[in-house]
Amino acid sequence: MDIFNPVFWIFVATTGGIYTIMALGLYVQFSLAGLPNFGHVAFMAVAAYAMAILVARYGLPLPVGILGGLVAAVILAILVGVPALRLRADYLAIATVAGGEIVRYLAMNLQGLTGGPIGSIGLLGPGKIATFNGSWQVFMGDIAFYLKPIFGKYGRPDTAMAIVVWVFAFAAILVLWRMERSPWGRVMQGIREDDTAVAAIGKNVVGFKMQALIIGALLGAVSGMLLALQIGVFSPDDYQPTITFYAYLIIILGGMNRIWSVPVGAILFTLLYTGTRFLNVYPLTLFDSGERAYLRLFLVGLLLVLFLAFRPQGIFGDRRQILEK
Amino acid sequence: MLQQLAQLTINGLITGTILGLTGVGLTLVFGIQRLANFAYGEYLTTAAYIAFIANVVFGLDLVSSALLAMAGGALLALLLHFLVLKPLRGRGLVAMSLITVGLGMMLRNVIFLVAGPQIRSLDIDQTRVFDLGLIRISPGQALAIGIAIVVAPAVALFLSRTTIGKSMRAVADNRDLAAVTGIDVERIGTYVWLLAGALAGIGGVMLAIVQGTFNPNLGTQILFLIFTTIVLGGIGNAYGALIGGVVLGLVMELSTWEGFAGGLEPRFKSVLAFVVLILLLLYRPQGLFGKERVL
Repeated sequence: MDIFNPVFWIFVATTGGIYTIMALGLYVQFSLAGLPNFGHVAFMAVAAYAMAILVARYGLPLPVGILGGLVAAVILAILVGVPALRLRADYLAIATVAGGEIVRYLAMNLQGLTGGPIGSIGLLGPGKIATFNGSWQVFMGDIAFYLKPIFGKYGRPDTAMAIVVWVFAFAAILVLWRMERSPWGRVMQGIREDDTAVAAIGKNVVGFKMQALIIGALLGAVSGMLLALQIGVFSPDDYQPTITFYAYLIIILGGMNRIWSVPVGAILFTLLYTGTRFLNVYPLTLFDSGERAYLRLFLVGLLLVLFLAFRPQGIFGDRRQILEK
Repeated sequence: MLQQLAQLTINGLITGTILGLTGVGLTLVFGIQRLANFAYGEYLTTAAYIAFIANVVFGLDLVSSALLAMAGGALLALLLHFLVLKPLRGRGLVAMSLITVGLGMMLRNVIFLVAGPQIRSLDIDQTRVFDLGLIRISPGQALAIGIAIVVAPAVALFLSRTTIGKSMRAVADNRDLAAVTGIDVERIGTYVWLLAGALAGIGGVMLAIVQGTFNPNLGTQILFLIFTTIVLGGIGNAYGALIGGVVLGLVMELSTWEGFAGGLEPRFKSVLAFVVLILLLLYRPQGLFGKERVL
């Protein structure tokens, strides 16, 4: 695939939008409330599985499945939050990774519930092929029908998906942008800078942190379900622990404390990610597709280190407290 | 059923020693450098691959290979300390944790690129089994037991009897107090990385021979068990880590014993460990043996 192929760019747009929503969730938890959640991916995985199980196994309509996914993510947020929110930053980081790993191990090993390592296709047990995104594809097809006059031959279901994803992403950004400038947002900022001081003026710090965790979990859940709907068949491996750190890189790339730089960071990250996957230009041609996966993850690690070392405020951000604690 | 109990006890002791030894390194670094090192798993992996190159590619015997792996692990730890982690010190807990996450991803994927994703094994006869009546052990396990019998007491003696060992524990326990008594905190910090790297090295080799086969995810898979170990023992507490490792290893293995209402399915052992980790962080963040104090 080459850079001039619109299909490539539609893919970049969709993936970038999904990553934007994922990173917005982390933005609320980390940039806003100062919670270093190292297991964000667990919210994505739990929601995707809850949705797929409700739809594929119990034959419920997709909107009910999506609702179920959101509920599952909130329950997980409460389960993780009750113990974790009282911990110091680095202990919180360890505890949240452990929480994320529990989810992944359970998804891998509770074959009866999740289909195990083979993923969502095995939800109905061996020998049967389970699908959960049929009605979603019909929905995308319907939208594509209205896009035809505008986009011509690119008025396709994947264009529709990209548009749906970005409409949601921008709506979320607008809402969060307003929230950040509300009294609620100022309390969050206070908690991030000095939670003892905020507690001293009578605010329920743990309660506010829990709110941030739940809002972040809901956004994570939406991105996880969109990812599942985009790829159609997913397995525990699509929700690797490293995905959490994609979200960190996205936030850091754009600029730590600026919500509008989250989509920019997400697009930059997606270009790096999909570019190294699909583009056949030198020096990428030196690596086969398997090796490129490792190269890609190596680059993610390298960028994390370089940005945190030399430009922790990101490309656009200004230097503030968040990483100094 | 008794036979299974004996077998599980041995397995638990072996896993526990690996967790304990690597835990000593991770916990001292946490205590002294104030750093949750998320790249530590990759130190184990790197060492296992160094042993693989020495043992399988160059045909050295296992003991020399293990020694080389220890040296390699120590060198890697020192390099990362002087090139990356020391210059960046003071960036804050979360930034430093994220940096070690990034370093871990870099190391792991370099190993994937260089060594490939295929499973490897050290040159040890995996087909033979020593039948000791009640229990059966593989040559890999026997070797791991041998290493454990030598290394674990050596580490304990080093920490309790030598000046450097005592200084390490002192700095990990209370940095300022240690500095006041004239301990060169900076120098001890460097020695701690050497020790942590060497222990990761021996741990990586032991893990590789006990499992039989390994791939570049070797260390990542066990990292959070090591974190659980050091939280069990109390962060910064070296003896605690040794004991915590053995306790965790035994608990994980024995939980699968049929005597306990049929036993837990082995594949849920890790889930059990992670639940233990979260519960500990919640109710006893100072560890099993630590005194209550604010973290």
